[in-house]
Amino acid sequence: MSGSAYASSLEIASGVVLVCAVVTLWRRSLSAIVKALAVQGVALGVVALILGVGKHDGVLIAVACLVIAAKGVVIPALLGRVVAGDPASREAAPIVNVPASLVGAGALTFLAYGATGSVVALIPTTAGRLIPLGFATMLIGYFAMAVRRKAVSQIVGLLLVDNGIALVAFLATAGVPLLVELGASLDVLLAVVVLRVLAAQMWSKFGVLDLDEMRELHD
Amino acid sequence: MLAIVVLAVPFAAGIASAVVPWRREIGWLCTATIGIVLVCGIGLAARVVHGPPITAFGGALRVDALSAFMVIVIGAIGVLATWQSVRYLSLEIAAGRSSRRHASLYSALVQGFVTAMLLAVLAGNVGVMWVAVEATTIITTFLVGYRQTRGSLEASWKYIAICSVGIAMAFLGTVLVYLAALHVGHHLHASLDWTSLMAVSHHLDPGVMRLAFALLVLGYGTKVGLAPMHSWLPDAHSQAPAPVSALMSGVLLTVAFYALLRFKAIADGALGVAFPRALLVAAGLLSLVVAASLLLTQRDYKRMLAYHSVEHMGLLALGAAAGTPLAIAAVLLHILGHGLAKGVLFLTSGEILHTEGTTEIAQVKALLARRPALGGIFGFGLVALLGLPPFSLFVSELNMVRAETQVGLGWAAAISLACMAVIFGAVMSHGRHMLFGSGPDGERVHKTPAIVTVPLIGGLVGCAALGVVAWPLDSLLRAAAQVVAL
Repeated sequence: MSGSAYASSLEIASGVVLVCAVVTLWRRSLSAIVKALAVQGVALGVVALILGVGKHDGVLIAVACLVIAAKGVVIPALLGRVVAGDPASREAAPIVNVPASLVGAGALTFLAYGATGSVVALIPTTAGRLIPLGFATMLIGYFAMAVRRKAVSQIVGLLLVDNGIALVAFLATAGVPLLVELGASLDVLLAVVVLRVLAAQMWSKFGVLDLDEMRELHD
Repeated sequence: MLAIVVLAVPFAAGIASAVVPWRREIGWLCTATIGIVLVCGIGLAARVVHGPPITAFGGALRVDALSAFMVIVIGAIGVLATWQSVRYLSLEIAAGRSSRRHASLYSALVQGFVTAMLLAVLAGNVGVMWVAVEATTIITTFLVGYRQTRGSLEASWKYIAICSVGIAMAFLGTVLVYLAALHVGHHLHASLDWTSLMAVSHHLDPGVMRLAFALLVLGYGTKVGLAPMHSWLPDAHSQAPAPVSALMSGVLLTVAFYALLRFKAIADGALGVAFPRALLVAAGLLSLVVAASLLLTQRDYKRMLAYHSVEHMGLLALGAAAGTPLAIAAVLLHILGHGLAKGVLFLTSGEILHTEGTTEIAQVKALLARRPALGGIFGFGLVALLGLPPFSLFVSELNMVRAETQVGLGWAAAISLACMAVIFGAVMSHGRHMLFGSGPDGERVHKTPAIVTVPLIGGLVGCAALGVVAWPLDSLLRAAAQVVAL
């Protein structure tokens, strides 16, 4: 791959990761949000793939295929089934409305650039320059978890956080050692499965999928 | 070899209890395996206290004095909790709230939970440790939601959502530490092993390490229950079955704290003491203030114990901020003393909930008159937890304050003492309400079965013995403190 094609494809794929995060804030239909998440998972895998091809690193290419399978297909499918079971599958009243959320996402992206100056300075490559995108995705994930009250939206927020961190890990270090990478992905996958099981229990036992209706515990 | 036994034995018992429907014998078997862990922990400690660290699987497992000490802590509180689990499950099955199948799931999860904590403290690699800590979150979520009530479901949701987010931040912090290690000189073989990270700590890029350590404090701090990331803690601890609360509050929090201690040693090398100290002092003081203000108005005794954990984690953070060998030795003693006292209190609270049928402080009266054994244990447990002599928490708190004063953190120690005074008053008044007074006329005095009281009294006696004679632990504490102290 020529140098400029490598750089620009890496930029596009990383950019898609961040754009998908913004889309999850913009759309209120849960099925659209889950689709954006699937696209993000694929884009993340493509970033790893480009880095793997660029460095002739077979392990990284294998990890990239796993990421595409897990984050692009399996996890969105799991979430899709919850959404299909919930008739009112819209984020009815997020605590912060959509225009304000988008402004928030912009502010968080600036913050991400500000916070990662020292990291970017350490890695003077194309990949290094893109690290703030991963941080921004992570921060948007936190934001989504804080302002969205649907069970599925919170899971999506967690996955945004995880995808953002994975993007930073790929760009900064071309992946942490394989054992840790696999352990981390497996743990996140399990956490999502657990959250899904809990959501199913909430739905079958109490008929709610809205965390505002789960307010028994307080001081 | 011993290190492998420590992991394999409880894990095998977990598999066994998963496949067979639960019986009392299975419960006792599980308790016995944790007993073996405790004995092996002591064996490991005896070997590493004056010798070099033991490694297994090519360095994937690594036992130094600090790891061995944490194995002892996990083993000691694990024995108490699994012992009491036998009674808890028998009662649940007898009352028809749980089936034998469901109980075997509980048993298997508890064994898995303990194994994951042991792996976290024995891992020679920060990445493996991270995976183990995250595994504890996933396993305990099911235990918090074990009773499947609306409250416990809400608590487990909050728990896994907040802790997964926290632990994700810790992962990012770990990645950044790795990045900094990759850029030391022209090493191409950077690794995530503690030993190699400690060896290069003085050459790690300060800018990256600053960001990394802040993320690690936020991330593992969530799991430790430091304010302002503590909001899952009172819900999870009050909703979980009592033996699980005892394990979570008594050891899980401090296993996460162990991770912070290790990373602080690396950050001290890269950044100097000022930055790590400032972060830990801020988190510690905030935790103390939050705990003090919420304990004043607490109406639920399980939540009271949970907020009490937030206080103690704040004290540990302050002690770690001081960071001298004296401070770290005191922090470690505090970890063990708090674990024992808090474990005993949560187990006692489970028994109170069983006999009184409520977790409201206002509904529980005159325990000492009506149930002398139970009330007595609860009373002594509170005394231990509030840091009164002869219990070891008195010694460790005193030494932490001394160490903080020595390094110029006297002002922080003073604030912590003020918060502790407020908490002392609040808990004393709640405790007085629950313990003293006379029961309704004509109510006979209830006996508490010895099977309940023996481990609880054992835990309290252990906690008191540690406060009076530090002898068996003294050299281990020194050696362990040396691993991470300034």
